[in-house]
Amino acid sequence: MSFRIIVLAKQVPDTRNVGKDAMKEDGTVNRAALPAIFNPEDLNALEMALNIKDNIKDATISIITMGPSRAAEIVREAMYRGADNGVVVSDRKVAGSDTLATSYTISQAIKKMGKFDIVIAGRQAIDGDTAQVGPQTAEKIDCPQITYAEEVVGVNDKNIKIKRRLERGIEVVESSYPCLITVHGSAKQCRSRHAKRLMKFKLAKSNSELQELGQDYSEIWNERPYLKIEEWSAADIMAEDNRLGLTGSPTKVKKIENVVLTQKESKVITSKDEEINDLMKELISSHIIG
Amino acid sequence: MNNVFVYCEVTEERTIADVSLELVSKGRKLANELGVKLEAIVCGDEIKDIEKMLYPYGVDVINYAKDSRLFPYQTLPHFSIVTKLFQDNKPEIALFGATSVGRDLAPRIASYLRTGLTADCTSLEIGNHTENKTGKEYKNLLYQIRPAFGGNIIATIVNPDNRPQMATVREGVMKKEIYDNSHKGIINFLKVEDYVKNDDFCIKIIERHIEQQKINIKGAQIIVCGGYGMGSKENFNLIHQLAEVIQGEVGATRAAVDAGMCEHERQIGQTGVTVRPKLYIACGVSGAVQHRAGMQESSKIISINTDPKAPINSIADYTIIGDVMEVLPKMIKYYKANTK
Repeated sequence: MSFRIIVLAKQVPDTRNVGKDAMKEDGTVNRAALPAIFNPEDLNALEMALNIKDNIKDATISIITMGPSRAAEIVREAMYRGADNGVVVSDRKVAGSDTLATSYTISQAIKKMGKFDIVIAGRQAIDGDTAQVGPQTAEKIDCPQITYAEEVVGVNDKNIKIKRRLERGIEVVESSYPCLITVHGSAKQCRSRHAKRLMKFKLAKSNSELQELGQDYSEIWNERPYLKIEEWSAADIMAEDNRLGLTGSPTKVKKIENVVLTQKESKVITSKDEEINDLMKELISSHIIG
Repeated sequence: MNNVFVYCEVTEERTIADVSLELVSKGRKLANELGVKLEAIVCGDEIKDIEKMLYPYGVDVINYAKDSRLFPYQTLPHFSIVTKLFQDNKPEIALFGATSVGRDLAPRIASYLRTGLTADCTSLEIGNHTENKTGKEYKNLLYQIRPAFGGNIIATIVNPDNRPQMATVREGVMKKEIYDNSHKGIINFLKVEDYVKNDDFCIKIIERHIEQQKINIKGAQIIVCGGYGMGSKENFNLIHQLAEVIQGEVGATRAAVDAGMCEHERQIGQTGVTVRPKLYIACGVSGAVQHRAGMQESSKIISINTDPKAPINSIADYTIIGDVMEVLPKMIKYYKANTK
């Protein structure tokens, strides 16, 4: 029986490089203006999975991502770096999901995959920074969770030792399988693409991508089934509609405000010696410093 | 209406963590507004003077699960205790610290109870809500307010239909305030074996090194903060120099920390520490909303920036338009020459 690792990954807008046109006039986010990237901590998670795979014979890595059909891009990226296969969970019904509805959808996809040993995800996604989906998914698939993982200290096919990075120190824990691990950004960076794998998987496509390109892959998939990026709908994962998307999300956005700066009366000075000296003099004489 | 609950974290020294006391202080205000009681949940081993630690902050009921296996924190046993307690008591609101404990525990509980959870709130208020689609009206909901999407927007989140309304808050965001030194509550010892299964201890902790907090910028009166505009780790040394000279602490923005200029313990903002010093000197800081959320209550703010349009300038009392590498040495020089 092979050892199965599932990596949860998300394609996110690169909020770290938000330009001026990132917000529309009505105050909503202009996703089209932001480049879509592999969520950084999910890459750390992929590296940890690859590291485990290096140490366990016959281990396989499957990616699960939820999002629009273009999220197949990150499945392919993961394949270039060493993942074996992947699936995009995509359905209009999942749009607007909060973390609870997201974890439900992902847990249904994990259940559809069947037997697994480890689920690994990044601690959090940069577009939400909530770090909630990992522990919520662990609860839904009823397995223990190890959050804030930084390093695999030891691993075999029976159990795993993980070093966790906490605010003021570290903790090493040991767990048997199955378990769910969320990986901290301080963990090892992901290895880069492998040239041979890039050649092997660059033609990997999902059905939606083929439709868009107007290509027929039925023969290619017959010969080389590994080139198929699966796409699952809500029905495929046997999800109850009332637990998906906006309907399945207990949290509602009541109000979104653009950040309005309340202008303080600011005294503007230059870097000339005398102006800085005057400021320092004022701070010292008013006992703010010194 | 049911009560407000705060999950209290236990420190290595067996005290209640500051972040939890801050949440208890906030929880007291919310409970007063709603006219309900404030309950604390403590899971740990022997904690001396637990009542003395919590009652002055306004706690009415301490739910204390006392068992040597409950310290240090582990997800599953604490999860089992809190979920059962919530199922039995149906809290209106439940607050957790946005720490490696709270952010591990709260989502698992929210998932089990199928309720909403908002991470890293910067403000919590009570208010009414009308559901747009149905027109249904809700009284006295918890407004969970947080910056979102790279800080370009501030979102107010509500959880109208599910209970408890759950939120996590970072350390330093709420103020720790004594409510009444003579306030008294009751202590409710939980029978741990009714809550926890043996299987809950399936993960073994085999090693643990927790250090005392070395850096404490939360209480500093003067903070010199460097942003990405400092350019490099070498340049960032100037921040340390100025801070040392004027006896302040060093802070940094997330961008500066991510770029490796400074350690994470010094990060100020929504995903770092919130500070309220007498003087805040922002050097090469553009002033994203997440950063401002962590420092805008500083009494005096000085911004040093080459960009006159940097958002930080608009909340600064003084804006020095200039290069930090030029300005900081001048400040250091003047201070050294003009104080003893």
